[in-house]
Order: sequence, then C-alpha cells, then structure tokens
Amino acid sequence: MNRIDRLFSQDLKVINIGLESFSKDLKKQEVSVVQLDWKPRAGGNAKLSSLLDRLKSNK
Amino acid sequence: MEELMRKANEQAMNNIQKARPTLIGLGVAKDVVPGMEKKTIFHAGPPVKWEKMSGPLKGAIIGGLIYEGLANNEEEAVQLAGSGEIKFDSCHHHDSVGPMAGVMTYSMPVWIVKNEVFGNYAYCTLNEGLGKVLRYGAYSEDVIIRLKWMENVLYPVLKAALELHGPIDLKSMIAQVVQMGDEGHNRNKAGTSLLIREFAPYIVLTDFSNEDKAEVLKFMHSNDHFFLNLTMPAQKSALEPAGNIPYSTIVYTMSRNGTEFGIRVSGLGDRWFNAPAEIIDGLFFPGFTLEDANPDIGDSVICETSGIGGFAMATAPAIVQFVGGTPQDAINYTTMMYEITEEENDAYKMPTMNFRGTPTGINITKVIETQILPIINTGIAHKDPGVGQVGAGLVRPPMKCFEDAFEAFVDKMTSEGIIK
Repeated sequence: MNRIDRLFSQDLKVINIGLESFSKDLKKQEVSVVQLDWKPRAGGNAKLSSLLDRLKSNK
Repeated sequence: MEELMRKANEQAMNNIQKARPTLIGLGVAKDVVPGMEKKTIFHAGPPVKWEKMSGPLKGAIIGGLIYEGLANNEEEAVQLAGSGEIKFDSCHHHDSVGPMAGVMTYSMPVWIVKNEVFGNYAYCTLNEGLGKVLRYGAYSEDVIIRLKWMENVLYPVLKAALELHGPIDLKSMIAQVVQMGDEGHNRNKAGTSLLIREFAPYIVLTDFSNEDKAEVLKFMHSNDHFFLNLTMPAQKSALEPAGNIPYSTIVYTMSRNGTEFGIRVSGLGDRWFNAPAEIIDGLFFPGFTLEDANPDIGDSVICETSGIGGFAMATAPAIVQFVGGTPQDAINYTTMMYEITEEENDAYKMPTMNFRGTPTGINITKVIETQILPIINTGIAHKDPGVGQVGAGLVRPPMKCFEDAFEAFVDKMTSEGIIK
C-alpha cells in the first residue's frame, strides 16, 4: 500500500485552524476535531499589518 | 524602535507593579479634589458636552445640581446645566474616578487614596448601593436624601473611624479579595466584608450615637459594592505613574461616559482616543430588556486597565450568575487576556489559575496584532435619566479606540524620525 492510501485508511486526526464553522461541520459528522482559535495578524487588515511592520523596523 | 518600546513598557509596568495604593483618609471634594469649585461637576469617561451626554449622565448631573442646592427641581437643573454656567470635566483630569455616571460635586465626601511609592493621590465618592441611585442617573427625592445622609452621617463616622484605625494598605487588601472570589469590579462581596472587619471596631470607638454607628454598619453591609469605590481609586493611583512615558504602548486609562468609550496610551500623553460606547450583553433585572439599556458607562473599567475586573474573572466564578456565562467562560476570558497584556501581576494571584498573577498592562500593539479586545465586567444603566440600574453583563471597548491610538503612535514615531 502506498503512503497516500495508508493515510486514507487511518482514522482522521483533524486540527482546524481559524474558521470554527469548519470544525462544527466535522463534529456533526462525528469526526473528532481540535479547534485552534486563530486569526491572521491584525485580522488580515493590510494597513494595520504594514504599520506593525514599520514599528518593528529600525531606521 | 523595538528596544525603545521594550524599555518604555518595562518602565510603565514597573511603575504599575511597584504601586502601593493606600487609603489615608476621607475628605470633602471641595477641600481635597484638585480643580473642584461650587459650579464644577466632574463625570466619568472622556470629556463630553451637556448636549451629547447620555440619559444616565444627564440624570446624575440633574441630581448633583439639586443636591448642591444650585437647582430646586429637574427643570431648573436642566436649564442651569445647559446655560454654560456649569463647568463639566472628566474625573480623570482631576486625579479622580467615579463608577457609572461618576458624578462628583463640590460637597460630596470622597475617599483619599495615596500611592505611597510615587506620592500621587486618587479620589472617589462613596458608593450609594444598587438600584435607584445617582450614579445610574436617578435623582428622585429619596436619592438626594440618601446623598445628604452620606454627607452628614456616613462620612463623619467613617472619617473618625479611619483616623482611629490609621491608613489601610489597599494593595494588600485587593490581593486578598482576589483570592476570596472577587474580581474587584462587578463582585466586591469579599472586599466589602474585609473593609467592614477593618472599620467595625473603630466605628464602635467613635463618639457618634449608637443609632448612627448601627446605620453606618448596616449601610455598608447592605451594599456588596461598597468596596468598589476603593478598588477604583486604588487602581487609578497605581496607573497614573504609568502614564506619559515616551515610547510606551501601555494603556493607562480606559473609561466611558455613556456616549463614548475613551482610552489613553502612555506614550501618547493625555490625548483621548474615543469611539461610540457599545451596548452591554448581559442579564437584566426582572421587567427590563436590552431595549432599556444605555451604552457602556463609567470609570470602573480602570479595574480592567490595571489587571482586575474582567481580566481576573477566573478567580470569581460566581460572578457568571450576575453577568451571564459559565465558570469555564470566566477562565477562558482571563486566559485570553494574557494575549494582550504585558505581564502577570505580582500581587493579584488567582487560586483557580494555579496562583498565576492576573493579566496586567494592556499593550495596544498586542491588541492590534491579535484583534483581541479587553473584556469588561460591568453594570447596565437604564437609558433614561432617573431610572437606575437595570442589569449587569460583559462588554468590550470599540476596536476603533485602539486602531486610532495605534495609528497615532506610528505617526508620532515617524514624525520624531524614529521609524520610516
């Protein structure tokens, strides 16, 4: 059995990062899932993220 | 830049951690609070004009003017308040804090708290109890009568008793209450009990009548929030030396006036960053609903600013019966606050968190980076003047306050040539 087939023959071990609704869908299907509460830096706001970069840069 | 910020924040945190708030006396606002005059009224939150004040704040100001004898009734008070004759200002600009509407007037008795390490003072009125009270915007005759009793009986008895007792170390007392199930903002049962224990033997020794002594003890006993008006000036006095430190991104003030929520950041001096105050998600007293709620109001969020209140919810699981949620939620809220704070508190340790110190010192860059907002435990005022408290719950500040402060900080650093 090649590696990818072996993977699909095992029980799923899922860590869902970010949007919680994905983990809820899996739970409904009785798949055990660990939800990791994660958001992109500055909530994905490009302007705030670039300001954070500027603060961390030295002149 | 990072090194400048790190050192500045270390200094700010050192000042907060070293603070030693101590109750040293009671006085009357006109004699002790800087800038207090007969026609001056201090209020909670950032500065706000009469026309823009919320219902509960207007109600408390109406009550304050009647209490001072500057108006005989609501109509006269409203006319005087809008005439420009009364000078309104933030308690925070006068070394003071006030819960909910936070109205402080000329004749009101105040607690005097001194930060013994830095020598600065903080003042706060005495707590009136729950329900229909001035700080929730109620100004009916019974409210004014209670305020007069506080001025004429409660104040002199407590003042005399404290003189016999001597100063009370509030930091040590707050450290104890945090281990007794209080978070110091919305639950003050342990704090009030400890305070009564300190005062009672000395109240008995004063020369007042037995009736007055009994009334004072009953009043303190009947009001679980009596200690709140001591945690607040204690935290105000602890945070003030953390303000105005160049390059520091630590928040040293959070406050609301019922219209706007405002924050001040150490490295940005005395400038307020305001945004419309949020509506509180909570539990309502029978007969009231969300429709009755005024937006967030009061200086009591000074507690969260200094690492207690909502930040210490894990140590006060019983509070969820008052504000909603489960004990696990309380632990989760506290755990989350470590993500946006600089240090663990050296003095306020939580048994439920394996004696970990409370998350202390909100850093605006961490708030921006994680998008996690501070969690606040608070009371809910009715939106109309004269009604009072209608519930309690949890609320967060508007993100805009933090975003605007953060942008202003980056602009300042750019204009000073520190960053590109």
